Amino acid sequence: MAAAAAGGAGQEKQLAPALLSFFIYNPKLGPREGEEEKKILFYHPNEVEKNEKIRNVGLCEAIVQFTRTFSPSKPAKSLHTQKNRQFFNEPEENFWMVMVVRNPVIEKYHKDGKPVIEYQEEELLDKVYSSVLQQCYSMYKLFNGTFLKAIEDGGVRVLKERLEKFFHRYLQTLHLQSCDLLDVFCGISFFPLDKMTYLKIQSFINRMEESLNIVKYTAFLYNDQLIWSGLEQDDMRILYKYLTTSLFPRHIEPELAGRDSPIRAEMPGNLQHYGRFLTGPLNLNDPEAKCRFPKIFVNTDGTYEELHLIVYKAMSAAVCFMIDASMQPTLDFCRKLDSIVGPQLTVLASDICEQYNINKRISGSEKEPQFKFIYFNHMNLAEKSTIHMRKTPSVSLTSVHPDLMKILGDINSDFTRVDEDEEIIVKAMSDYWVVGKKSDQRELYVILNQKNANLIEVNEEVKKLCATQFNNIFFLD
Amino acid sequence: MSRGCYLALCARPVQFEKANPVNCVFFDEANKQVFAVRSGGATGVVVKGLEDKNPISFRMEDKGEVKCIKFSLGNKILAVQRTSKSVDFLNFIPDCPQLEYTQECKTKNANILGFCWTSSTEIVFITDQGIEFYQVLPEKRSLKLVKNQNINVNWYMYCPESSVILLSTTVLGNVLQPFYFKGGTMSKLSKFEIELPAAPKSSKLSLSERDIAMATIYEQLYVLYLRHHSRTSNSTGAEVVLYHLPRESSCKKMHILKLNRTGKFALNVVDNLVVVHHQDTETSVIFDIKLKGEFDGTVTLHQLVLPARSIQPYQIPVAGPASVTNQSPVPCKLYSSSWIVFQPDIIISASEGYLWNLEVKLEPVVNLFPDKGKLMDFLLQRKECKMVILSVCSQMLSEPDGGTLAVIATVFDKLNHEYKKYLEAEQSYTMVVETGQSRGNPLLKRPVRTQAVIDQSDMYTHVLSVFTEKKHYLYELVIKTLVQHNLFYMLHQFLQYHVLSDSKPLACLLLSLESIYPPAHQLSLDMLKRLSTANDEIVEVLLSKHQVLAALRFIRGVGGHDSISARKFLDAAKQADDNMLFYTIFRFFEQRNQRLRGNPNFTAGEHCEEHVTFFKQIFGEQALMKLTTF
Repeated sequence: MAAAAAGGAGQEKQLAPALLSFFIYNPKLGPREGEEEKKILFYHPNEVEKNEKIRNVGLCEAIVQFTRTFSPSKPAKSLHTQKNRQFFNEPEENFWMVMVVRNPVIEKYHKDGKPVIEYQEEELLDKVYSSVLQQCYSMYKLFNGTFLKAIEDGGVRVLKERLEKFFHRYLQTLHLQSCDLLDVFCGISFFPLDKMTYLKIQSFINRMEESLNIVKYTAFLYNDQLIWSGLEQDDMRILYKYLTTSLFPRHIEPELAGRDSPIRAEMPGNLQHYGRFLTGPLNLNDPEAKCRFPKIFVNTDGTYEELHLIVYKAMSAAVCFMIDASMQPTLDFCRKLDSIVGPQLTVLASDICEQYNINKRISGSEKEPQFKFIYFNHMNLAEKSTIHMRKTPSVSLTSVHPDLMKILGDINSDFTRVDEDEEIIVKAMSDYWVVGKKSDQRELYVILNQKNANLIEVNEEVKKLCATQFNNIFFLD
Repeated sequence: MSRGCYLALCARPVQFEKANPVNCVFFDEANKQVFAVRSGGATGVVVKGLEDKNPISFRMEDKGEVKCIKFSLGNKILAVQRTSKSVDFLNFIPDCPQLEYTQECKTKNANILGFCWTSSTEIVFITDQGIEFYQVLPEKRSLKLVKNQNINVNWYMYCPESSVILLSTTVLGNVLQPFYFKGGTMSKLSKFEIELPAAPKSSKLSLSERDIAMATIYEQLYVLYLRHHSRTSNSTGAEVVLYHLPRESSCKKMHILKLNRTGKFALNVVDNLVVVHHQDTETSVIFDIKLKGEFDGTVTLHQLVLPARSIQPYQIPVAGPASVTNQSPVPCKLYSSSWIVFQPDIIISASEGYLWNLEVKLEPVVNLFPDKGKLMDFLLQRKECKMVILSVCSQMLSEPDGGTLAVIATVFDKLNHEYKKYLEAEQSYTMVVETGQSRGNPLLKRPVRTQAVIDQSDMYTHVLSVFTEKKHYLYELVIKTLVQHNLFYMLHQFLQYHVLSDSKPLACLLLSLESIYPPAHQLSLDMLKRLSTANDEIVEVLLSKHQVLAALRFIRGVGGHDSISARKFLDAAKQADDNMLFYTIFRFFEQRNQRLRGNPNFTAGEHCEEHVTFFKQIFGEQALMKLTTF
């Protein structure tokens, strides 16, 4: 897990997987000899010598082209080598994204003091890193639109500028050492809520959309969990990832600091409510305040909409208002939004908190979950994990050994291969049992730590878990 | 109907002979009857009530001027007061002596101010020196004194609905002593003092009976005091002060209704609203003490609910045979000085010979409230409110500027609140009855379903049905509307949070959506699972998807695998075109046969011959399970 954990009796050093290079090219842009450089739209690290860039791109092109002969419909996804692994993705026609990840390494020292490097070729999971690569594209597209659109807007130059601007920062946030099954799912955690409180939120959203009549879509989150999305599922999935892994964590410090702390004091206070903008103007009282909101692109397959993303939060409740990019939100609009949404969202947030606590007490789910599990539903992207303690932008803290996480990934790969419902039970080292279940669109992975348990007992335990945690859905035993 | 006049005289008044020198008219508040006494009764007495169609008429001997005349409850005994010392009685009971009999008041030198019947055979004399409570014995043509109380009385007032008599005592007249009558007993309630607007200069009677009324408002008895504007106090106008008069504890000043005007007033109570008529402007105003007022710590100040309006113009039907006269109806003079107002809702015009009930009309009220939330608060307290509320809802939803979402939400919240209140009351009542706690609890009453309780079908029929051609239920309407607008993800999220309650029809509706929205399949199966009574449906759904193994595992999981039809599963397995699957399913049922009947073969009744043949064809005869014998 840690980047350089010392282990073993001898002098041993472990190096985590790392990003070696990342590039985007389009073979159609420089088809003639001598024009190969034109194909390259983005290359990281930029310091690499030009000819090497061209060589690497050429190699990928060749591999993809060659393997296509054997599988025309499913082109190559990855290339395994001793030292590294390359992942290919063609998100738009002829636009290729390649990510090269160095295999994890164990550095041992010979008796004579010479270091011996051992590459662990089988450690990385294809599906996990392929998914990471796909997310790179989805995130780019969310904030920049498609590659093709950039070229239509201003040619290759504009596309290159956008790629440079976006990926320069984004690649630093990849943290390849802590990717796991959750990156494959890229799911959404939903906030559990009773019907009445849910309807209150619905009613709030409808009222807000009415009074701020330029709002096109709204999303509502509580505690970093989704409650309502006006956006379609796939757009919400990536926006959710952005909100929960990037925007919210960046703003958590002032919130935790409390009202009277100096950090908080810097923020323009409002005595009537706790609402504030996470995107857009910081201080509404400042007449010079900039009302610049991030632009996002949704429904890129269809209506192709460009929107301003306004994220507004009061206590644990966050609401995203998306308005058409052709409308420029003014400071007056922001003030109006603040005065309408702020007080109501504050009340709503405390209502939700109160109701949530009541429901928790009734259902008796206050107790710590005894089971370590990951649940995912492909149908609504619902995700639940009791393995991940906290997902921060830098690391995802899991409570189990990486070896077990790898087994989960392996089971998931097995599930992908067949359509049928399946169940896989694995006896791992160190007394752990890992159970994977697939029923229709749902997947459940359970890690059990029971000494001397046999297969039947493990099966019973999982049944018990299903009966308590998933009794209100159709989940085959 | 003119410009929002929300008060009206009833269409069918009681008509009687006008008062004139030879015809005296009396009104009895207890029976709500008008007595027209001609020439002291010698040329006839006609009694007309509000409800009874047939007037009572009779003759009696003219023994002098009649001061007061009233029937006991049920028109059993007639009491007539002609002098200030005694009251005469006449039986109207069949087989009872028909001769008049007389009762003098017991207190010496006392003058009878009047009398009130408190039941069919109980009567109270109020004299200037106290009250006397009698039991009338019609067969014996005599009265028996039950109880009396000495107290100086200026005037009295009777509220028949609550059987309370109020006496004005002391020199100023502002100390009021209530008595309560029930089941042959008389009980004295605690007396209370009406605060006069300014300290009176001289020791003379300062509280007139004209300024006091008693009425039941929201099931509580109140004494209403019309406090006139006084120059010495800094009030901006007259006020009505409401004193709550509970049976158990002492009287308490609770509400003040601000009239903001001065002059001559009269009070009525209609549909729990206090109506104040103002003669100078010929308008009336209404107050609702349930609406939010300004609470100053002890009393609540109420402003007008609505702007002042006149009573709706009223046409007097022309007397006589209309066919011959063919005259146009005459408009009635409203707020006439000859009007006399009685509680709770009676207006009498003695000079014209009419008795009306005052009515509150709700339709004109709708447009007088700028705030729809307040309008609902008002309407929900009214008796005949349902259709008006529904029309307000319908108007709100269908007219472009009907109301903002926030307003609509407020209105629906209020309706729901009322509905919930009723359901909960009903539920707790049922529970008390079922657990047998109801015995010996006379206070327990089944909750009344008032018109303010508006349910799904009311809402659907009168408000929502205009938005769709077909008759659906609410959930169905929601789903169809979302589907029509392609808002599948919204529907999906609603189901995820159980906004739409689970039901078999809903699950089937979802199944039918699967072809246009595939996730509906999972949503539907989950719903069927939660219903826990839909196992057969789940099996059908899975089989239709060729998920034969899943269906079998499911039914085994819920313990229903001994009774399922083998043929149905084998059919599905064969259709799936998977030999291994067919083998598995076939073997399962062979084993079931073995377990249930000790023989792996299918019985004729199971109609599986075709599948046995098919099995033999594919896997050979030897693959069939052998009969195991021990």
